[in-house]
Amino acid sequence: MPDVHDEFLAEVQEIIESLSRDLLLLDQAQKDGHVQPDLVNEVFRGVHTLKGIAGMFGYAQLGSLAHKLEDLLDDLRLGRVTLSQEVLDVLFEGVEGFQRVLAEGREGPEQESDIAPFDEAMEELARQSAPPLEARGALEDFDLDPSVLSVLTEYEEHRLRTNVEDGVALYRLAVRFSLTTIDANLEDLKERARTVAEIITYLPSMEGGEGDSIDLDVLLASRATHAELKTALGEDAELVPILKRARTASLTHHDALAPPKAAPPAPPPGRDHGVDQLSLRSVAHSVRVDIRKLDHLMNVVGELAIVRAAVGRVTDEVRGKPELRHLALELHRVHRGFERRLEELQGGILDVRMVPLGQLFDKLARIVRQVAREHDKEVRLAVTGAETEVDKLIVEELSDPLMHLIRNAIDHGIESPRVRELAGKPPVGTLALNAYPKGNHVVLEIDDDGAGMNERLLVETAVRKKLLTPEAASELSREEILELVFMPGFSTRSSITDLSGRGVGMDVVKTNINRLGGVVDVQSDFGGGTKLTITLPITLAIISSLIVRLGGRRFALPITSVQEAILLDPTKIRSVEGREVLTLRGSTLPLCRLDVLFGLEAQAEAGKRFVVVCAVGTRRLGFVVDALEGQQDIVIKALGPSLSRVRGFAGATDLGDQRVALVLDAPGLIEEMLRSSELVALEAPR
Amino acid sequence: MGGKILVVEDSSAMRAFVRAALEEEVGATVRESPSGLGALSILPREPFDLVIVDVNMPDLNGLELVAFMRKHGSLAKTPILLMSTESAARDRERGLALGANAFLSKPFTPERLCAAVRDLLDGSKV
Repeated sequence: MPDVHDEFLAEVQEIIESLSRDLLLLDQAQKDGHVQPDLVNEVFRGVHTLKGIAGMFGYAQLGSLAHKLEDLLDDLRLGRVTLSQEVLDVLFEGVEGFQRVLAEGREGPEQESDIAPFDEAMEELARQSAPPLEARGALEDFDLDPSVLSVLTEYEEHRLRTNVEDGVALYRLAVRFSLTTIDANLEDLKERARTVAEIITYLPSMEGGEGDSIDLDVLLASRATHAELKTALGEDAELVPILKRARTASLTHHDALAPPKAAPPAPPPGRDHGVDQLSLRSVAHSVRVDIRKLDHLMNVVGELAIVRAAVGRVTDEVRGKPELRHLALELHRVHRGFERRLEELQGGILDVRMVPLGQLFDKLARIVRQVAREHDKEVRLAVTGAETEVDKLIVEELSDPLMHLIRNAIDHGIESPRVRELAGKPPVGTLALNAYPKGNHVVLEIDDDGAGMNERLLVETAVRKKLLTPEAASELSREEILELVFMPGFSTRSSITDLSGRGVGMDVVKTNINRLGGVVDVQSDFGGGTKLTITLPITLAIISSLIVRLGGRRFALPITSVQEAILLDPTKIRSVEGREVLTLRGSTLPLCRLDVLFGLEAQAEAGKRFVVVCAVGTRRLGFVVDALEGQQDIVIKALGPSLSRVRGFAGATDLGDQRVALVLDAPGLIEEMLRSSELVALEAPR
Repeated sequence: MGGKILVVEDSSAMRAFVRAALEEEVGATVRESPSGLGALSILPREPFDLVIVDVNMPDLNGLELVAFMRKHGSLAKTPILLMSTESAARDRERGLALGANAFLSKPFTPERLCAAVRDLLDGSKV
């Protein structure tokens, strides 16, 4: 059952993601001293489901880990254990364990992963925990129909008891939901009730609704007054307090939970007809799709784009023949229609591939908490732009580099609370994670208010490690010094700590980000903090590109990096420090002669060549080419393993006339060209 | 053997598991609902030969759904197979008392599920 197994993996991943999110909320709630029972139950439910399906699909280790965690969560939600930071540690460690088991056992359920940290945390907790409290029942004093009690789950019954013991008043709210809008009505009710009451359960009225609606009795516990509840739930809400039975007069029978005779339509149901179809709608509004299927569709769209380009060429050819003018007009019209629809299709598929960065941020927030606790540092994570959307593939690939940068920021950046106080800073460090769209790119900032980078130390280290000659070092600008951290073999610590370590350096981070067509920039203020800025394209699937001609061949330049193209005036070229530059509207633009770089022979006359100005992040470079051919959407295909190490190319593409063009890796070339001029002195001693 | 079955379960992997087993082994037509409330909106308008219900669901739980069905004229006789985890002896007892016809503890194999379903489908025809 391969599809069923995929469904399993997808759901487990989903559960882990929402567990992470909920645990972070719980962590905050615990610190604020107000833990919502709903949230604890939500976490319990996730782990419970995970245990259930792990058992069904034969993932024994996942199942037993979930089982242990479930027991702990059960104690928590039933009030037998109090939520503390130690308990949270175990929960976070457990989620970490799920991730590990899943990552290592993806191909099958048999392998065993190392979940020792979880087991240790669990044992530690067991040693500390106090004997469980016994809940006492006072429910019998309330005017509750026994039939109500018989349908409650253990947890619901527990919440009911806890509320009663705490002296919280119970209410019954009668609502009528239209079948067609039941999901929306439910969400609306939860939202209204959230701040004033705890919803214990929903009981369907035994009389049923009138065909297209359902009557429900909602059992509520609330400390708010009757009037406050009415304000929150709506003035016309059918709200009845469940009274405490007078012990003496035991015969007053309220039949409190029987359905009301005439329930008013609680929130307006917004009736809709065509009921048969709509009953399906409440079942599923979304589908989960394997990203590979979208990749395939994207490839088909890519092929269609090529067909479109070919049709365009035929159209142009036909237009050149006067005797076919009539046909040309018709062909042109059809071609335009095709073009528009294809754009729509392409946009639609791209849109489906987009996921909010928030998914990734939640994962990172967990790392922040974990790393901070391991190092006795206090870190507040401030996130903005979690809703910013990026291609799913980019989000996946971004996870490791970002994780590394965050570990770095906490390990090397943010100081311990004592050191911070001595430096006159607030003891809690702030790590800001900001995302925002910028044209065709997304910008991600990792900004800490920690110690910043010591430039003198950076230079000393680079020289000591023979990455830099002392002479070259003395000529570096501030920015160039900070860039040193990205050099292979550079690490300011003599031993790699277990934190930032894991065997990768900043150079790997940079390479990974470059591979996604992005760049990393670093800014740092010694004593004040470090800011890393990552600029990434929004998608990798289909890109608009500028086709240029050079030495009789064609090359594609992704338009996301192209700023403008200008005619090259050879008399304006100056030479600065052995490199050709132009002055473009007051600023200096370094040039790169691609013909020289690739060993091709330029075919255009000197006065008729072009400069394509490309920019990535804050860096700009002008590529000198023979001619500009126009703009075209392309699908990049990998060069294959034997050519994958050739630098300067992002891949190859078919331009639609059965000719292949190489796609220039603009970010990579910019990096390489600019660095080779900045650090030209480095090459000598090696 | 056929039969039309509604599976009410909040886990999509569980639903997929049950669906695959029932479609392949029993030849049943399977409808799914990810929540108890969703089932409430399907049940009154579509006849089913069997309803499979998970106990632990958010909002409207499986026990509440069983109680509703048993008091609701047209649904009173529809066979119900209740599922829950093995630790939930309480659920089994309460579910059967409320009128569920059978109880299956998780985890179970496709064979156990199909055997239970066949029994219930056979029983309802007699």
